[in-house]
Formats: sequence, structure tokens, C-alpha cells
Amino acid sequence: MIRTLSFGEAVNLALQHEMEQDPDVFCFGVDVPDHKRTFGSGVGLVEKFGRRRYFGSPLSEAGVAGVAIGAAMSGLRPVHIHARADFVLLCMNQLVNMASNKSYLSGGKLSVPLVVRAVIGRSWGQGAQHSKSMHGVFAHFPGLKVVLPSTPQDGYALLRAAIRDDNPVIFLEHRWLYDVRGEVDDEVRGALGTAAVCRTGSDVTIAACSWMTVEALQAARILAGAGVETEVIDVRSVAPLDGETIFASVRRTGRLVIADYDWTFCGFSAELAAQATEHCFSALRAAPVRLGFAAVPCPTTRPLETLFYPSAREIVGAVERLLGLPPIDLTGEVFNEYERRFKGPF
Amino acid sequence: MESDALDVYRKLILIRRCQERIIAEYPQDEIKTPVHLGIGLEGVSVGVAHRLPLGTKSFGQLRNHGQYLALTGETDAYFLELYGKIGGTSDGKAGSMHLCAPGAGLLSTSGIVAATIPLAVGAGLAAKYRGSDAIAVAMFGDAAIEEGEYWDAFNFACLHGLRVLFVCEDNDLSIHTFGRDRRGFRSIAGAMRGWDCHVFEGDGTDVRMVLDVTGQALAAMSRDPKPAFTVFRWFRFLEHVGPNTDFHIGYRSAPSEAERLALDPVHRYEQWLLAHGVERTLLARIRSAIDDQIDRSVAAAKAAPYPDGRHLTEHLFR
Repeated sequence: MIRTLSFGEAVNLALQHEMEQDPDVFCFGVDVPDHKRTFGSGVGLVEKFGRRRYFGSPLSEAGVAGVAIGAAMSGLRPVHIHARADFVLLCMNQLVNMASNKSYLSGGKLSVPLVVRAVIGRSWGQGAQHSKSMHGVFAHFPGLKVVLPSTPQDGYALLRAAIRDDNPVIFLEHRWLYDVRGEVDDEVRGALGTAAVCRTGSDVTIAACSWMTVEALQAARILAGAGVETEVIDVRSVAPLDGETIFASVRRTGRLVIADYDWTFCGFSAELAAQATEHCFSALRAAPVRLGFAAVPCPTTRPLETLFYPSAREIVGAVERLLGLPPIDLTGEVFNEYERRFKGPF
Repeated sequence: MESDALDVYRKLILIRRCQERIIAEYPQDEIKTPVHLGIGLEGVSVGVAHRLPLGTKSFGQLRNHGQYLALTGETDAYFLELYGKIGGTSDGKAGSMHLCAPGAGLLSTSGIVAATIPLAVGAGLAAKYRGSDAIAVAMFGDAAIEEGEYWDAFNFACLHGLRVLFVCEDNDLSIHTFGRDRRGFRSIAGAMRGWDCHVFEGDGTDVRMVLDVTGQALAAMSRDPKPAFTVFRWFRFLEHVGPNTDFHIGYRSAPSEAERLALDPVHRYEQWLLAHGVERTLLARIRSAIDDQIDRSVAAAKAAPYPDGRHLTEHLFR
């Protein structure tokens, strides 16, 4: 069945379908059954499945992550939900020292079919402790899978694939995405570890993560008006990384802009730039360009926040420099439009 | 003497002799993994494991050899793992600190001491979720209580009325630091009494008391579904990690011969068996059979091949 849903509704539908089809799937986390239901993504699930399968946890992220791992090792499929990815830092001992190595250290006898859903990204002054993404940090550790959907369709299909996967999966949802609407086909089966070519073009490849895919598509539209055809690739899965889809594009275009949603230093953009250079060196006509957060903690006030985060504007600028183009007239373009849709406080 | 009492002896001896064998072999530097031995802890390892229903999910920490041996009774995969060879519990990739035996219910042991406690609570949650009355077991040293994850997990288990058996192996030492220098509470059992759980204490050097207290804890959980916290005192005869004693360092003094015997769970149980009419020759035969088993396992482990490049990348994901 195909329907038009917001990203939040698509995530909700994925949870609903998984919980209907598998009694071993349950969701929990700090305050998840409250009236806000994690930006609406949990609407109706308490009512439909009860507090046995959708319940709030004590304010104990670290220990509760371990409880989720133990439940997963016992055959259940927990979804541990965090309203901010920053809180997942409290769970790092469990995710890194325990979950990531259970299969390896048991010679494949044990598995941890766990999904950690965490909300990332900007909105309305979230500041230094409510805004991180950290997909590069998670992906650094062998044994964790890291997924960042950017469309309602992927929110649905990749979340279902993450819940079906027998390994720990970190599933990062950008806050602005909850308002994005799109077609969702519930017959589509997602595959972790695959990138998506969102737009084809021959002049430059833009590889984007999470919300930056939305920004990249806006930039691509602006650039197309100036006669520049960009290929936009949604990375979707940082670990495992579908390098081949990205490298095949770079070999055609010879130019790569990496629009990441994280700090660039030691971040995923550095990894992808290194891999693209290793794999596509002779095809590259210029050094890969990386865009990411400013190298400071995230500031709260709006003007500094706007400077901190990259947007379509910075992507357009990067492509102009890469191709040696004169600046495109951006009069009339609206940037950070979704910023206005989100009203606080949370 | 009933066979159950001799079975307890067999398990105590299995653990003691395996550890003594490691001590003897360690200087050859073929066992290349840090060993946290539990000479003195055998009474707790055996007393708890012996009482568990078959298939109980157990979790432990790095001083795990007694728990592993008491639950599995096997020494082949055990020594292969310690020697880092193919056929070990994890083909050598786990080593001493991460021994596991899912087939015997031992799902995970950890070098981060409190980290498996939440996992045990997760196993307890899974049991309740499925309407099963199965219990889960977390075994840990007294210093694990100082980790936040302990309290996270303990609170969660009490809140949800989970049948999780918490077993605190209290040797009053966190590596080299005594409890008085680490704890802001007066007693371990006392600190747990304010929570919605059953609390028991016992002498871990007396395996019969551990059996009894563990039986009481299991009965209490069965009657009234909530966690049971048990704490057993024991004496660590060896250094924190490694095959040697550490009394010469000076932070603690060596027990006298009489104290040593009184703190040794194997000796205590042996004396009790002899006092109750068990023939010395029968005990000698049990020890000899176990020594033969260990000889065979160690010889096989030494002869076995090491893992290679294929094993390096195997089993990262399922």
C-alpha cells in the first residue's frame, strides 16, 4: 500500500507493523510513553500494544542500554529510544564494550538484535548537549551498524530492516525530518548498507548524510538553474558503508562534495574523503571538499546556530569553488526553511 | 554419602585443580591472557551454580573461571580458549576475561566488572515479558556496586519485580583497595535493604551455606517475584590478576596456617565430608579423575592449531 506520510508517521507505521508481526519487538526509553511520544513517532502504540511493549524507563540510560542488550541476547528485539542522541553517550560502555563485540567474542554463538533509535540535529536553540549526531563515533567501532534515513520511505523501510537485523543498529533520526512528507510504500523492504542515488548528474557528486541530503537536493536545484548537474547520493548507512555506489559516481563526475551532519575533524567526512581518494584517485579532478559543523560546541543563539550548521547555501558555494563558477544569485532562495516549522521548547 | 554432596566436591575440585594447573603452566608463557583466578572463591561459584535450574541464564565478570567450570563441568574448550587455540569457547578471541558458554546458560562475562549486571536484568525482563518464571543470575565482585550501571540495573529489576539473582562475591578488595576506602555506606547488605527485593548474606568459604542461602533466595523469588540480592564473603588468596600471591607487597598480610585453612572452601568442605564418613580414598579417586581430565585437556590445547586470518574477521556480525 502506498500512502503519503510524514517521516514521523512512517517511523510510527514501521514500529506498528513490526510490533504486530513479531510479539518479541518492544520499545522503551526515558519518557517514551509521554504525551509527546518522541515527536509523534510513538502515537497510538501504547494504546495499541500496552505498557508491556511500549514503556518508559528510569532515567538510567547506561544501565537500561544493558537491559536492552540482555533482553536482545535472550531472544527479544528491543527498540531503545532516546529523545536526543547526546544521551546515547551515557550508553557508550554498553554499546561499545558489550553489544558491539558479543557476536565476535562468542564465536558467533550470541547475537544482539537491538535497535537504538536516537533523535539528532538542530532545532530551536538545542545547544551543545541536545544537537549532536555522532554517526562517525558510533561507526568507528566494529560490530555496530549505523543508519541515517532522510526520507519517509527510508524511515519506514530501514527501521523495519534495522529491527529485523540480528546485530546492534544505531538508527539516527533528524528532528526536522519529522515534518517532511513523502510517499511510503509498505511493500518496500529496506536493505542496511546501501546508499541511494537521489538525483543523477554528471558534473559533481554530492554525498550527503541525514538532513544534509535535503539540503543537497535544494542545492542541486539551485545549481541546475545555473546549468550545473549534480549527482546527489544519500549515504543512508554509514556502517556498513556502501562505498561502491559513491565511488562509481565519483569516477563519472571526477568531483566530490561530502555534506556531512557532524564535525569534519576525525569525522565521517574525513573517512569518506580518504576512501574516495584511495579508490578514485585517478578519476578525481580536484580534492574532495568536506562540509560539516563549525569546529566548536553547538551554540544556542539563532545567528550563531545558523553559522554553525552547513546548509544548501554552503553546498552551492562549495560546488561553485570546485568548478570555478561565478557566484550564483541566491536572491529569493529560502534557506533553513524547516527551522521555522519547529517551535520549542522540545 | 549421597551423590549430590560428592558432585559438589567434584565441582570444587575441578575449579581448584584447573586454577592450580594454570598457576603451574603460566610461567611457560603459552597462556597469553590475563587470568583473574578465584582460589578461595570456589564455594560461591559452586554453591550458586549447583542450585540453578538447568538453562538458567548466567552472567559474570572477569573472575569467571569458577563460574564457567561450575556451570559447564568441561575443560576442553576452556583450556583451548586460554591457550588461544581453535576450538576454544571463541577460538581464542575471548580469552580468560570473556569466557562464555551459552549452551550451559553462561551468556557473558566481562572485564568491565559491572557491565554484565544490566544484561542479567535484561534476561530477567525477557523472562517476565514471556510470562516465564525463569530466573537470571548476575555474579560480580563487591567493587561492582560502586559502578553506576549496578544501581541502574538493580533499580530497574526492583521496579519491575524481575526474578534476578544478584550474587555479590565480597572479598573486600577492589584490585588493591579495601572497602573502607571505597564505600560511603556501612554494609553491602544494609545498602540493599531499602529496595524492593529479598536480601541474604552468607559465608562464601562454606559451600554448604552458599547452597542453603541460594536455595532460600530462589524460594523467595519464586514465592514473591522480585529480585534477590545475596552477598557472600570470601578471601582472595592470590593477586588481583595473575598466578602469584601478593602478601609480600605489604598492603595486606598473609593469613596464618590456621586462618588459611578456615578460609579455604575446598578444605572446609573436604573436612565436613570426612567428618560425615566419606572415605579418603573416594575423595582421592575423584581428585585423580579430575586431574586426568585436566591433563588430557591441557595436552590437547597445547597441540591444537592457532586461529588464522580467516578467524580474524569471522563473526563480527551475525
